[in-house]
Amino acid sequence: MRAEARARPVTAGQLPTIAEMLDREGVLGYVLLLPALLVLTAFIGYPFVTSLWLAVTDQSVSTSVANFIGLDNFTDELRSQIFLQTARNSFVYTAVTVVIKLVLGIALAVLMNQSFRLKNFARAALLLPWIVPTALSAIAWLWLFDATFSVFNWAIVRTGLADRGINWLGEGGWAMTAIIIANVWRGTPFFAITILAGLQTVERELLDAAAVDGAGAWQRFWRITLPLVRPVLLIVLLFSIIWTISDFQLVYVLTRGGPTNSTHLFGTLAYDVAVRAGQLSQGAAISLYMFPVLIVCVVALLLYLRRSST
Amino acid sequence: MTARRRGVTLYLPLSLATILLLFPFYWMLITSLKTNRELIDLGGLPFWVFQPTLEHYRFLFAETGFLRWALNTLTISIVATAISLVCSILAGYSLARLRFRGAGAIAGAIFVTYLVPQTLLFLPLLELVRQLGLGNSLWSMILTYPTILIPFGTWLLMGYFRRIPRELEESAYIDGASRLRAMTQIVLPLALPGILSAGIFAFTLSWNEFIYALVFTTSTDIKTIPVGVVTELVKGDVYFWGSLMAGALLGSVPVALIYSFFVENYVGGLTAGAVKG
Repeated sequence: MRAEARARPVTAGQLPTIAEMLDREGVLGYVLLLPALLVLTAFIGYPFVTSLWLAVTDQSVSTSVANFIGLDNFTDELRSQIFLQTARNSFVYTAVTVVIKLVLGIALAVLMNQSFRLKNFARAALLLPWIVPTALSAIAWLWLFDATFSVFNWAIVRTGLADRGINWLGEGGWAMTAIIIANVWRGTPFFAITILAGLQTVERELLDAAAVDGAGAWQRFWRITLPLVRPVLLIVLLFSIIWTISDFQLVYVLTRGGPTNSTHLFGTLAYDVAVRAGQLSQGAAISLYMFPVLIVCVVALLLYLRRSST
Repeated sequence: MTARRRGVTLYLPLSLATILLLFPFYWMLITSLKTNRELIDLGGLPFWVFQPTLEHYRFLFAETGFLRWALNTLTISIVATAISLVCSILAGYSLARLRFRGAGAIAGAIFVTYLVPQTLLFLPLLELVRQLGLGNSLWSMILTYPTILIPFGTWLLMGYFRRIPRELEESAYIDGASRLRAMTQIVLPLALPGILSAGIFAFTLSWNEFIYALVFTTSTDIKTIPVGVVTELVKGDVYFWGSLMAGALLGSVPVALIYSFFVENYVGGLTAGAVKG
């Protein structure tokens, strides 16, 4: 062990100085971790525990003393039509956007993996939707989906596809379509850039050898490239599922969960119930319904990381 | 491959993708420059500005709190980034370079906190912020944003620290340097690209944060750009479209600029976790 090789001898009866203590791996390791662990414990660990507590009480902004009411908040939600609708919305929104983002992301990454002029410009443009504040780009989408002034409607009417434009954010099905479009626009760059990085690790020789053996482009992609980037795909998918099911900004700006709750997600419903209606504990329970999905993704990621590091 | 085939299989889809990805930004720009009359003119061609005006920008600066929001966002982002960088550098070094009991478990726990979404924690955090007397203050954001930034920063930097050869440090020990000294004078300078990536990430994430800022703040002069633009440029049913777009565009420019200068670091950081796993 390196530590033993370099530890200065401490003679019996003599206490080590602070400097000497800090020079031991076992001590220094924890000392350096302290600031990060303090912040994370105070503002993630502690709030998480209080959210568990909050969810089993009847606390609202008007109650001064919270009473323990067991799992009532959770079971109440299961009888609420709005909550069931929200759960359905969240799963549809997540499943549909993640699949589309994956397909488009792979396609874009394959395109970007070739050499062409203006590649740097293309890559910069590609990432913009992902890096700007979502709440702000959502404003552009709000105007693009405006019932009267939507440019999509302008195009639909002008090209004669329909007599009237679509009431994008005013009808349930269309509102869900609208937030899915905006989410795909925002999230595809993350898929593309990450998958692109994965593609670049695939060795050319491997593909060339397969080509020599007579494998077509499609076959090379399915049999060689895809299996090799599968770990990257898995990670991107799990991250995206977590981020999408816990989405808030797009829906908050575009629909506020409407019309008639048809676009509410767990996050926006929890906000409405807790912050706007003041039912804190009810809101905490709604948020916690995201937890099972989160756990599955986290465990999958941890298992994967453990396997790949050994 | 023939030039023609390349045009169809590469340039055509690529141009289409670029146009689709950039169109909303173009739309922001031209909407922000249109007069109110042109904005609601359904007869004209919507893809161009025929009578450009800076009125919406004037309104934004003179009659809303935009400058104040910009200053708030900048202050919060810089301080939160600084706090997170210090914590992430120390923690990343510790977990990547030092051997002690529980290091693996702690690294795993930090990774898990990276995956905890803000919508899961904003309610108890709101309670905590109120109890600490930090409600409606910049501190509420400065202290909570690092929770979003530290986990990623730590993992990113662990990767960078691992790649620096141990021999460099060991030769410093032989020359009598302490561990702390070897860390600050040898390892940290070599990890500078990683520290820069972590810093850029932390800054843009703070700049873009929305839900905590929305929930923790109530008064106009404490808001950040995303929250201020979204909540204060809509009065009841009246949307100040031109100014909304101007605010959205100006609020996006700083992160777009930072990122265009450091696109390599950004992409490196974004993909570090996924590819190197």
